[in-house]
Amino acid sequence: MKFAVLVFPGSNCDLDMYHAIKDELGEEAEYVWHDATDLSGYDGILLPGGFSYGDYLRCGAIARFSNVMTEVVKAAEAGKPVLGVCNGFQILTEVGLLPGALLRNKNLKFICRTVDLKVVNNHTLFTNQYDDNEMIQIPIAHGEGNYYCDEETLQKLKDNNQIVFTYEGENPNGSVENIAGIINEKGNVLGMMPHPERAVNELIGGIDGLALFKSIVKQWRESYVQA
Amino acid sequence: MKKVKIYVTLRESVLDPQGTAVKGSLHTMGYNEVADVRIGKYLELQIDPSERDIDGIVKEMCEKLLANTVIEDYRYEIEEAN
Repeated sequence: MKFAVLVFPGSNCDLDMYHAIKDELGEEAEYVWHDATDLSGYDGILLPGGFSYGDYLRCGAIARFSNVMTEVVKAAEAGKPVLGVCNGFQILTEVGLLPGALLRNKNLKFICRTVDLKVVNNHTLFTNQYDDNEMIQIPIAHGEGNYYCDEETLQKLKDNNQIVFTYEGENPNGSVENIAGIINEKGNVLGMMPHPERAVNELIGGIDGLALFKSIVKQWRESYVQA
Repeated sequence: MKKVKIYVTLRESVLDPQGTAVKGSLHTMGYNEVADVRIGKYLELQIDPSERDIDGIVKEMCEKLLANTVIEDYRYEIEEAN
């Protein structure tokens, strides 16, 4: 399976993402610059964390108008898996592939630590390798990860089982319903604040993020290779 | 040439932790009259005349980029630039 790791000016988790795919997952990965106009050669699209365009105006607001985002929207419509982590999640909300927005953390602090998460929906192409309600530990590193949406959107997220990860125990950033990650209605676009690509090797603190990438590959193999 | 002043603020329904922190600080300083603080952004645009309706394009720019209407409200004033 071949992944595109998108790189915007100011991305800084692109190397970690590339490493996770290439060395830990053992699949193909390529960096793709933000002005690329074709993503048709990739099976999955990864939007890494960082501070695209310095977070000027709002996180993700400027990156959302990059050439490559037109292609990301096309890929999402075609049903390809699209994963946005941290700043990638912010970009996906700005471009409208995911509902809601990410606000400043409630305590105004940039928080960088490993948190407990609950996999509240393991029936997605990103989480099929986790158990139902499995507790996992994945690092967060953000100043603006406070997920917000209005009541109506929240109800829709609940009704469609679009909440995939929630913070367990203390909510680090004040997000509604302790939301840490959500998926689109169709089920192929996931946005999350925690960094699964930073939890893929015991040497660097844990491997709970690896199952997410394995899930994507499993689903892809079942849909395309064996068919 | 027109000068456009744009004010972007968090929507009423959205908590403003920055504003709350500043309010706390003002109270510490003894300004207990301060009932609420909301922090927003102020943008100034210089716009050349064109065949496009200025009000229309300013609104469009606000909706598309300058404000995120999921969490923010905006208002603007159009003035003659000096």
